[in-house]
Amino acid sequence: MEKKNKGRKFSILLEITKGYKKYFLLGAAAVILSALVAYLSPIITSFTLDYVLQGKEPSVPPFVMKAVEVLGGREFLMRNIWICVLTFLMFRIFDGIFVHIRGRSVAQSSEGLAKNLRDRLYEHLQNVPYDYHKHVSTGDLIQRCTSDVETVRRFFGVQLIEIIRILVVMGMTISIMSAIDVRMTLISMISFPFLIGTSFLYFRHVMHIFREADEAEGVLSNVIQENLTGVRVVRAFGQQKNEMDKFEEAHRVYSDLNYKITKQMGLFWGGTDAMSYMQICITLVFSSLFAARGELSVGDVVLFTSYSGMVMWPVRALGRILADMGRATVALGRLQEILDVPLEEEPGKALTPDMEGDIVFDHVCFGYDEYDDVLKDISFTVKKGMTVGILGSTGSGKSSLVQLLQRLYRVTAGKITINGTDINDIDAKHLRRNIGIVLQEPFLYSRTILENIRIVDSSASEEEVYHAAKLAAVHDAIMEFEKGYDTLVGERGVTLSGGQQQRVAIARTLMQKTPILVFDDSMSAVDTETDAQIRSALKGNRGENTMFIISHRINTLCEADLILVLENGRLTQMGTHEELLAEDGLYRRIAVIQDMAGNEEEVRG
Amino acid sequence: MDYEQDFTDSKVDLKIWKRLIGYSFRNWKLLLILLVGQMVTALVDISYPLMQKYAIDNFAVAGNTSGIPVFGIMYALLVLVQAASVIIFITVAGKLEMNVSYAIRDEAYYHLQRLQLSYYDKTPVGYMMARMVSDIMRLSELVAWSLTDILWAGFYVIGCIISMLSLNWKLALLVLIVVPPLAVMCFFFQRIILKNQRIVRKTNSRITSAYNEGIMGAMTTKTLVREDKNCEEFQALSSTMKKAAVKSQVLSATFMPLVMILGSIGTSIALGKGSVEVLGGTISLGMLSAFLSYTSQFFEPVQQLARIFAEMQTAQASAERVFNMMDTEIDISDTPEVIEKYGDIFDPKEENWEPMEGKVEFEHVSFQYKEGQKVLDDFSLTVEPGKSVALVGETGAGKSTIVNLVCRFYEPTEGRVLIDGRDYRERSQLWLEKNLGYMLQTPHLFSGTIKDNIAYARKDATMDEIREAARLVHAEEFILNTKDGYDTQVGEGGVLLSTGQKQLICFARVVLADPRIFILDEATASIDTETEQYIQQAITKVLEGRTSFIVAHRLSTIRNSDRILVIDAGKILESGTHEELMEKKGEYFKLYTNQFREDSQDRLLNG
Repeated sequence: MEKKNKGRKFSILLEITKGYKKYFLLGAAAVILSALVAYLSPIITSFTLDYVLQGKEPSVPPFVMKAVEVLGGREFLMRNIWICVLTFLMFRIFDGIFVHIRGRSVAQSSEGLAKNLRDRLYEHLQNVPYDYHKHVSTGDLIQRCTSDVETVRRFFGVQLIEIIRILVVMGMTISIMSAIDVRMTLISMISFPFLIGTSFLYFRHVMHIFREADEAEGVLSNVIQENLTGVRVVRAFGQQKNEMDKFEEAHRVYSDLNYKITKQMGLFWGGTDAMSYMQICITLVFSSLFAARGELSVGDVVLFTSYSGMVMWPVRALGRILADMGRATVALGRLQEILDVPLEEEPGKALTPDMEGDIVFDHVCFGYDEYDDVLKDISFTVKKGMTVGILGSTGSGKSSLVQLLQRLYRVTAGKITINGTDINDIDAKHLRRNIGIVLQEPFLYSRTILENIRIVDSSASEEEVYHAAKLAAVHDAIMEFEKGYDTLVGERGVTLSGGQQQRVAIARTLMQKTPILVFDDSMSAVDTETDAQIRSALKGNRGENTMFIISHRINTLCEADLILVLENGRLTQMGTHEELLAEDGLYRRIAVIQDMAGNEEEVRG
Repeated sequence: MDYEQDFTDSKVDLKIWKRLIGYSFRNWKLLLILLVGQMVTALVDISYPLMQKYAIDNFAVAGNTSGIPVFGIMYALLVLVQAASVIIFITVAGKLEMNVSYAIRDEAYYHLQRLQLSYYDKTPVGYMMARMVSDIMRLSELVAWSLTDILWAGFYVIGCIISMLSLNWKLALLVLIVVPPLAVMCFFFQRIILKNQRIVRKTNSRITSAYNEGIMGAMTTKTLVREDKNCEEFQALSSTMKKAAVKSQVLSATFMPLVMILGSIGTSIALGKGSVEVLGGTISLGMLSAFLSYTSQFFEPVQQLARIFAEMQTAQASAERVFNMMDTEIDISDTPEVIEKYGDIFDPKEENWEPMEGKVEFEHVSFQYKEGQKVLDDFSLTVEPGKSVALVGETGAGKSTIVNLVCRFYEPTEGRVLIDGRDYRERSQLWLEKNLGYMLQTPHLFSGTIKDNIAYARKDATMDEIREAARLVHAEEFILNTKDGYDTQVGEGGVLLSTGQKQLICFARVVLADPRIFILDEATASIDTETEQYIQQAITKVLEGRTSFIVAHRLSTIRNSDRILVIDAGKILESGTHEELMEKKGEYFKLYTNQFREDSQDRLLNG
């Protein structure tokens, strides 16, 4: 199990790094080169100080000395110090260039990787089965898609490259130093294990305080939020003083924890600073001692001291990164979990037949899982061009019935055919493109009303949009907005009333021009008059459309060619308005109630 | 939602800084320690190259080993001093940060507790939250740590310059040539980098909302077969994000090497000129090495100063938003005389409070919002103690305004509201509030246990009293069925309970508070039949003997009220008992029959 999971984690890595590996390799190469150059520059200084200024034998490779000989030896360099200076500056410039290349390529690779990851997640979430979104927590999903992605990005963008750099730097320092003096090298590295260990352990330890502080922040936010949203309750009971106390307590805890973190940080930085400088001190003292004894050159003293200083901070950082690395693995695992959700699949032949024709429900059964049956043995036939009204109580399965039609769920037994083709054999997108459905609580995208209505076909003309909006009796309401059709709706825009939302959604569905139209109680928030207005407009416009209308309003249902009454998942009544009125049943009972306006006696009863 | 607005390139606003500095100076002792600590840290930092110079000149070059142990001890002492000062300055800066943020947040919260409700009505909670949490955090962080960094960088730069000048002023001046261009470049780059980072943050928050929309709208997307287009659009957005992020990082990747190279020019000058001097015998080898050390470390504090100045703008923008909120004027407050007699909300003089009878009168009351038309016009009404009034009418007719006026959440723009025959402005707000009970349409619970919530208005209530209140509204039965009974956590905002259960708890809360005036904004959402019955009974219990104002939706509640007011456009259209109004066959009759029809149908379909 463990192993299998690891393999999978690796597979998403391969996928998301596609096309960006070369940038990563380039970045890694630049890191190595830059470290190399950066570590050679102290040698130039020490060469200048030792050889050029003092005439001591420098510790540089023989070919360098050869080159110096060719130029004219020490004498020449003494007269032309600028050569040393220029070489030094050149190295620094090269270093700068490599640092730049590194930053550029790492930015490309880590941001590219993050983009791949984001796109993959988004695409996956768009294509999982309808059911999935009913059962997941939106907040958790968003959290994963944002902060987990960020953790992974940081790991590849910052930490991995940093580890490489630190290892290269350490390797190089050790090899250069040990080429000069092994004894001195060991002395210069004496604090490394302590430094890495301390920072590793420290950051592991501090992680849980961070979590505590996050929680305390959550508590504080929650106290403020509850106070602000419940301001009426607070005032109505005169509880400001208690609220202030509650707040101050949470505030105190939060502040104290943050201060505690800072104090610990102070100890850590101060302590490790001390360790690092102590190391420099040890290096300086011992190298000076050896130099005084003539066992080392003055340049070597400078060199050892600067190397100790240069390698100290990366070594300290290494412990921190190691402690932090576990988070990236956890994040990757959590993302993989999303990608492991199976996508919606075609159950049949994925045909794209003509969708104009009769719709037949043939002994259809349906349940969300094996234990419940939402719909039981439903059979009926809808002729092309008919209007079907559906009446049912809450939980009677009427929404499921129309959702089956779009194959948002699949029947568990029986079958549904359209124009003779089993819908399981019809390509899902083809099926849905030919069935327009308006949900009871439609979702509007956060963009303008115009864009919302023509969301399926952004090339549609404004006239077409106006036409659809007029059919849905929402045109006038839209024109009343200051910005008309350019009014922004959704999360960042104005909030439309429930009825306005439903009508915009109706207009949006009408733009699809589908042969089959479904209204899933989608005029519930629209007043009766407007409801009638929309229906008559639809009648004039619909042509050969087959229509399903779920409603509680007898006025709406009575015009249908066929009315279905659902109770507890069963089709209990079926027929025209007149036929159903003649029967004793739910339909007539509802009709009686709705028909009695003005009848005071019944009201009193 | 995006309440994290960004600042427009605003100028330095001295008033804001004066105020911020004011908060810092309340901690003048900390500031003093910080000042000294940073001076010591910088001094030690500056002395390291000097120590190195000493070691090279006196031991390595001179070939002398006798002073080495003493030198080692001195160096070690220096290290210890530095470690101590690092620990001190981090701790002190942390304390400063804490104190500043604590003071500002506390003050802001205090202010919010006293602000009138009209402010809350037009300010989204998310906006206030962003000010209270992230803005205050950001500005105190910047104030405390920027100050710390400025002190260190300032001392370090000055110390370096002095040290170099005193070592060799000619060489020092030569080396310092690079500082002005370095400073200018740093400042310039930091601004661009910050700007780009903001663009990245903004794009990132757009990505978050795209996910939000992609997930929330997944069902609609499927029915519209819009998956592919959504993905396309998202990819466009994620490309924008990638571009912005890469740009911002490349900027940093350009800036850092440039600073480094410019700094190296200083080192090169020192190396070139210094070597010539050494050869000429005018300076020592140790001095050259000290110069090399200074010049290689010099660019860091300069860069830091530039970063701080760029970040200052962010702090200023945060502070501006927070102070704006804190400066919102309090419209509804008690007069000094009233406070003198009855005390304020945090220090009430309950001994002077008259007991309340509960008679409420509106005397020619008009009300209008600051910008907008009149909601109430010359409205008069008398409600005798203990009587209930049901307010009926369309949304926007003025029902909630009447309720808000009774609670003194708003005050009349003309006319008076009298309680027990006296203008309520002659008594303290808290006096009224302590005699008030309010039941919102959507029940509001606070995190904590069921017990805490019932005892919300009376922290001193005994367990027996709490249970009695719960029993009275038939809440005890379900409470005892929950996991921990009265000690069950209700979760954030009461998410762990059903709406009906939350309502029952709210009723128990009112019963325990035992107010003289009770406001009920009835819920429209239907709940299961059984709970519904309990709630009906609870309402009857709570109304008993209290002056009640009910924004009513349920037929039974309306019917049982002592008086029904049909409100339209801020005026009383009809007034009377249920029977009287039904006789009249007017507006009430119409409303009632419509409502009745919907209720019966709902019962048929949902029962």
